[in-house]
Amino acid sequence: MMTRETLEVNAVRIFFTGVGGQGTLLATRMVGEAALEEGLSVTMSEIHGMAQRGGVVESSVVIGDAFSPTIADGEADILMAFEPLEALRALPKCHAKSLIISSTVPVVPFTVAVGQSVYPELAALHDSIKEKIADLVWLDAVELARKAGSERASNTVLVGVLAGTGRLPISKNSWEEALKRTLPARILKINRQAFEAGYAFGSAGQPLA
Amino acid sequence: MHELMLPGSERKRLLLGNEAIVRGALEGGVRFVAAYPGTPSSEIIDRFYQLAPEAGVYVEYSVNEKVSMETACAAALSGVRSLCAMKHVGLNVAADAFMSLAYVGVKAGMVIVVADDPYLHSSQNEQDSRLYAKMAGVPMLEPATPEEAKAMTLEALALSEKYQIPCMLRTTTRVNHCRGPVTLGDFNIPFKNEGQGGFQTRGAFNKDPFNLVLIPMVGRKLRLALLDKFPRLQAEAEQSYLNFTVGIGKWGVITSGVSYLYVRDAVRELGLEQQVNILKLGFSHPHPKAVIRKFLSGLTRVLVVEELEPFLEETVRIVAQESGYRVMVAGKGEKLIPRAFELDAAKVKRAMGNFFGIAYNPPELFSIPQLPQRPPNLCPGCPHRATYYSIRKIFGDDAIYPMDIGCYTLGILPPLRMADFLICMGSSVSTSGGFSKVLDRPVVAFIGDSTFFHSGITGLVNAVSHDHRFLLVVLDNGTTAMTGHQPHPGVELTPQGKVEPKVSLESVIRGCGVTRIATVNPLQVKKTQEVLQNLREQMKGPGVSVLIAKSPCPLFENRMLGKKQKVVFEIDASCDLCKKCLEEVGCPAFVLEQPVAGQSRIRIDAALCSGCSVCAQMCKSIKPKRLEESKGGSQ
Repeated sequence: MMTRETLEVNAVRIFFTGVGGQGTLLATRMVGEAALEEGLSVTMSEIHGMAQRGGVVESSVVIGDAFSPTIADGEADILMAFEPLEALRALPKCHAKSLIISSTVPVVPFTVAVGQSVYPELAALHDSIKEKIADLVWLDAVELARKAGSERASNTVLVGVLAGTGRLPISKNSWEEALKRTLPARILKINRQAFEAGYAFGSAGQPLA
Repeated sequence: MHELMLPGSERKRLLLGNEAIVRGALEGGVRFVAAYPGTPSSEIIDRFYQLAPEAGVYVEYSVNEKVSMETACAAALSGVRSLCAMKHVGLNVAADAFMSLAYVGVKAGMVIVVADDPYLHSSQNEQDSRLYAKMAGVPMLEPATPEEAKAMTLEALALSEKYQIPCMLRTTTRVNHCRGPVTLGDFNIPFKNEGQGGFQTRGAFNKDPFNLVLIPMVGRKLRLALLDKFPRLQAEAEQSYLNFTVGIGKWGVITSGVSYLYVRDAVRELGLEQQVNILKLGFSHPHPKAVIRKFLSGLTRVLVVEELEPFLEETVRIVAQESGYRVMVAGKGEKLIPRAFELDAAKVKRAMGNFFGIAYNPPELFSIPQLPQRPPNLCPGCPHRATYYSIRKIFGDDAIYPMDIGCYTLGILPPLRMADFLICMGSSVSTSGGFSKVLDRPVVAFIGDSTFFHSGITGLVNAVSHDHRFLLVVLDNGTTAMTGHQPHPGVELTPQGKVEPKVSLESVIRGCGVTRIATVNPLQVKKTQEVLQNLREQMKGPGVSVLIAKSPCPLFENRMLGKKQKVVFEIDASCDLCKKCLEEVGCPAFVLEQPVAGQSRIRIDAALCSGCSVCAQMCKSIKPKRLEESKGGSQ
């Protein structure tokens, strides 16, 4: 395959947050591969190690005309949250014009499970974010993934939503190629369906609530 | 075919920095790789291990970093290009070999990858390994991106071979775990010699004891030879394409590694493209002083932007002083570049704004309320939790619990609270000896199986020979779990099934002179506590006792043997809400439900329960339930 010249576009910084085991790093790779496929400059950062034992997992994709692979506080243009409490925790990464795509399905932290602290009401979480960020897509990604064939594909649903919003200059073709490059063949079909479900949701342009 | 072995004609691939290093080493003809895993360097040895059979490269998970460096240097001395990789604290372990290997040098290229971890994402300290390169007098390259990591691995091999000295490739977490496009090049040497049908690792050794055996008279000669290499390496750095300038202006920034990327973003975002000249040093030791001098010439203000220690800054100050230029040099300092933790584009913008007197208005950050913390935790079904539970039952709060490095370090967290002291790999064993000599309290040390092989054995021999009085608990889960389930000498579970270990943990411990030794399965709670009670009695006399708490890491066992879970556990209506399960065991599968109609309830999350049965052995209200079909893992 030929390498296209890299296109220069204004930088878009995407911050991913979730809980170990939710497939955030795989989703990060999907977005990165799609950007590369599209011929955009892309750089990504991941943290491996302790975070995988039920802790918070953070990663980033920076697309376009920028050098840093990481995202400083206040500089994320898009926040991809795989868990609603983590969406709020990552709010300092965002600015007023950021887009937030967040799953509404809580993964209860251990500190809450044993009664040391209390998980905020979902509606309160939503409102805390919404009062600062207008552009919030708030969806039950697990339910969409279940309908697509597997709850475990909820990471791909969220990537689909991001693609559907059209915020990234990446064609549908490149997204499809990225899925192929990052997923094993045996789960590709379900993930395509999950991606499509997310894509439809994202492109409807009507965030719930 | 492994992704990292695709031919050079393939398009750009998105690779981790660590994968780019592997690719560079393969393109450069490396045929011998040895390492002990350590975040953020682990993927280097892991990827090599995956592709070793296909590539005909000899790859070993060495017992520790010192051993890996010694093993790999023997190959390089025999004419086989070699690589070893370690995290920054691994270089401390290997430092004895490192400092003297610089004297003796190598015949074929040898790259020593050292991965620093600013901000301590996954480490016990922050340290700047660049100072080691300076102390040893070896050349060092510092990549900023995966693309550079690949190119510099090739360059490091060439330098090492040309000057017959190991070359350090110094990375940081944000380089190792950055993923970016990498151009695949051609392989200089074809893989696998079909005629020999094995690893292409045959070397040749020429006896030369008066250059290879470091006795004082040889060392004196080689010390001078090493000093003689320095100006030649420096001349190499002066003309290296890895040191370059970007931009124009009367002000300057000197930087290296990932900091360069932050500087590029900062210069543009502050609108300083016409004011600030950047000198990016990729070949940063020996310092290219002439390059720095030329850069400083005509500049009025220069900021040195680097993470951790003022390694470049001190040299820049020396060059400025030697040259007599009236240039203002700054780096570390309040409102400038912090010495602790990582940099990012915002920190660099702030420092540049302050230093150059440019307005920088940082974005106002959203504040958030206090939120429930989400610390990492031992997994459900982790045998370490069961061991900790039983130890606390027998030894209580009075005992001192020296801890070691691995997943099990998470035992520090409540409710287990089983860690009292930890500094480095193996410190649990040796410090226990010290504590036992000066305290009249029971001492119980914890060490994992892989860490025990890494650096617990010498401490144990010391403790036995000096009658130190403590109980050493070896948490034997059969793998190096923390860094991703790498093998070690005592491994029994392999993809081929269960095998006899190459080195039996118990035999080693007996060989160290320990006579009071017991092995338990910690998932059998009552039995474990009986054995512990007995060990506690025996500890009234001097000497070391050892308990091997042996039970495989469930994640690893499931992966190796494909074992299917048969039961989950449930709490029945007889639960009296004593909460001991929450307060003493702390399994993440347990959930304290919010009160409904004033009634609280404790529930076991069936999706998380691994069926280990430890909870059911301590509470009569917990009962097994057979599973109809197997549960799936995550994608």
